[in-house]
Amino acid sequence: MDMNQYMEIFIEESKEHLQILNETLLELENSPENMELLNEVFRVSHTLKGMSATMGFNKMKNLTHNMENVLSEIRNGKIAVTSNLLDVLFKCLDALEVYIDEIIKTNSEGENENEPIMKELISILADESSSSIKAEKDSVVEQSETNEEKLDLDKRLHLNIELASFEINAIREAKEKDYKLYGITVVLSEKCVLKSARSFVIFNNIEELGEIIKTNPDVQSIEDEKFDLTFSVFLLSMVDINKIKKSLSNISEVDEVFVDEILIKDQEIIQEVTNKETNEKVKEEKEDNKKKATKTVRVDIDRLDTLMNLVSELIIVKNGLESTQGNNDNGNYNESIEYLERITTSLHDAVMKVRMVPVEQVFNRFPRMIRDLSRKLDKEIILHMTGKETELDRTVIDEIGEPLIHLLRNAADHALEIPKERASKGKTKEGNIFLRAYQDGNSVVIEVQDDGRGIDVEKIKKKALEKGLVTKESAENMSKKNILELLFAPSFSTAEEITDVSGRGVGLDVVKTKIQILGGHIETDTEIGKGSIFTIRLPLTLAIIQALMINLNNEKYAIPLNTIQTIEDIEVSSIKLIQNKPMIVLRDKVIPLIKLGKVLDVEKEDKIKEHITVVIVKKGDKLAGLVVDSLIGQQEIVIKSLGTYLRKLKMIAGATILGDGEVALILDVNSLV
Amino acid sequence: MDNKGNDENKQYILVKVNEEQYGIDIQQVENIIKIDRITRVPKAPEFIKGVINLRGEIIPVMNLRMKFGIEEDITTADSRIIIVKVEEYEIGIIVDQVKEVIQIPTGSIEDIKDVTCEINSTYLQGVGKVNQDIVTIINLHGLIIQ
Repeated sequence: MDMNQYMEIFIEESKEHLQILNETLLELENSPENMELLNEVFRVSHTLKGMSATMGFNKMKNLTHNMENVLSEIRNGKIAVTSNLLDVLFKCLDALEVYIDEIIKTNSEGENENEPIMKELISILADESSSSIKAEKDSVVEQSETNEEKLDLDKRLHLNIELASFEINAIREAKEKDYKLYGITVVLSEKCVLKSARSFVIFNNIEELGEIIKTNPDVQSIEDEKFDLTFSVFLLSMVDINKIKKSLSNISEVDEVFVDEILIKDQEIIQEVTNKETNEKVKEEKEDNKKKATKTVRVDIDRLDTLMNLVSELIIVKNGLESTQGNNDNGNYNESIEYLERITTSLHDAVMKVRMVPVEQVFNRFPRMIRDLSRKLDKEIILHMTGKETELDRTVIDEIGEPLIHLLRNAADHALEIPKERASKGKTKEGNIFLRAYQDGNSVVIEVQDDGRGIDVEKIKKKALEKGLVTKESAENMSKKNILELLFAPSFSTAEEITDVSGRGVGLDVVKTKIQILGGHIETDTEIGKGSIFTIRLPLTLAIIQALMINLNNEKYAIPLNTIQTIEDIEVSSIKLIQNKPMIVLRDKVIPLIKLGKVLDVEKEDKIKEHITVVIVKKGDKLAGLVVDSLIGQQEIVIKSLGTYLRKLKMIAGATILGDGEVALILDVNSLV
Repeated sequence: MDNKGNDENKQYILVKVNEEQYGIDIQQVENIIKIDRITRVPKAPEFIKGVINLRGEIIPVMNLRMKFGIEEDITTADSRIIIVKVEEYEIGIIVDQVKEVIQIPTGSIEDIKDVTCEINSTYLQGVGKVNQDIVTIINLHGLIIQ
């Protein structure tokens, strides 16, 4: 069967399931008694097992199967939920994720069997079984008789063994002759001295009942005692299941015997699983709607409807335009043009909304990461997340994860103190990290805040002086804000020592660059002993923006409208100089002037003017005045990249194509100011 | 490749830059267009004349004269932009004239380093001979990525 068409669905759903598992396990850690959560974990991993089996990913199937065994023991109250146990389960999830990544890349699950994890899972089960063996022994018989509970699934090792095709054929033939296939797992007593002799007796007993078609481990290994205490046997027999059980339980030194009638090979077992799965799906559907897959977007129907309606309106207007073209009724024509423009603007908004996805997609992997970090660092960390529903453009969502991970790691690793230190400072022993997202006007703000030790501004200054990033004089006059900005300087990041100074500065320039590429910027503030906050400001949308078009001599440039505060007409005589730098005073604020023509090496205009046009732009809470030659007007522009070759250019954020096909460059206000 | 036999022919676009003949591997050429408006890009390297709009794509254009250290920057009606793609870099190269497509047997191209050491060999690959004339083969990878 061609599985490829299902592959995408499989990948998408597996990812969702893994995310659910991650989240639920985290919750479970906090409330280990919550049966509902446990059931959820169990159900989802069961679905995952079924899915991977259907797709023929046996390694994935085996791993989830073992996971499920552990989970089922937890559910039965045989194993307690501990952090160590969850560590192992989380490791499973990571391994499964690796499988899926491999599947995405190569269409196959790869060669890694993940044996260490398997062993850990099995040893968890083994620990459990030795400690609670007695309690269980009584219930064994009953349970295997009813044969419908998953309890002891882990011990019924025969359920986990693959049969080769020739064996299946033999079974099929035998079944036609009314033979039944039994899977038998025998657990020898720990006191058993001669395991090979004992198993020889057992084998003899079994062979009296029917024909052994397979053993695990193989007969040779059993004879050589190369097995633990358990082995499994597949038996074709006509006798009743209870008779088999009875004849085996009577042998001494046998601790437990599990017998199941096996209906037929995998296909049917899988079928059973998938049937169950569909039942469960209905229940899960509700949650599924919330979670979105990585590469595709599931769009709210309402949004698509709006889009569709707008498009039909557009067609009507277009038709109107065509009919008015013939006669010279200019009023009508203009009216239509205006209407068309309104519609296209709304259309753009609607399309943009389709591209928007909640930041949750990025955020929801962080609780897991913080948990792992806190265990690794031996710190107690609480992550507070707000504003998960805040929406951002898809392109931004895809890129923002990495910088955020960086900031969160920094906060957990360097900023937060160890519990002892916190206690001595009178803080709660748990460190807090706040991750907030919210919309602010035309941009989205993401904040990463901690209540750790804060950043020592004086030490940064000292370091910057040593590195030669600033001169002594300028360092003296630098504001706290300016000094903190040094943290993002590239040469600062290479300095490893900074980590023991303030715990900051490693790779922050990478974070900054990434955010700048996305058209955003980052700032930080700190108070020693109390913590720090990193504020990232990102544009809502990327592809299409409103911009002010300006002229510099004969060149045209676009300034993104969201960076513009006001446009001023300034008398040349009112320009003041500070240290030979031109400044203007506007509404009681001193604003530095930037002569764009000079900065951008544009040929000078000859005219001497009395008035100049100044575009006041803002970057964070800083203002600057860009001196331009003349204004063209406001326009909606499509941002295009300058291509791989020129991508490292400063001051230019990209390019756009104007109505007449000419290329105009978009100024990067962040790097100009 | 092993079968680098002497008779294996490769196709090159023969162009003229400042009275000299150059060959550009046709495999890497995407398009040849006339020079239209070029938008200057401030702070770009000197040899980048600017960017153009090629059917909605923004493509940087390199001035081969500048890159080769020829002072005067002249474009005539014969000047063309050759759009080439090397790895993920798509870039236009301004040449004075595009003459024809020629075939040069791989074996007849001499390595530039064997001809002279006085020429900057990062941009150039070798020298080929066609009809008693010589053609300098441009190393696009070296020219664009370096």
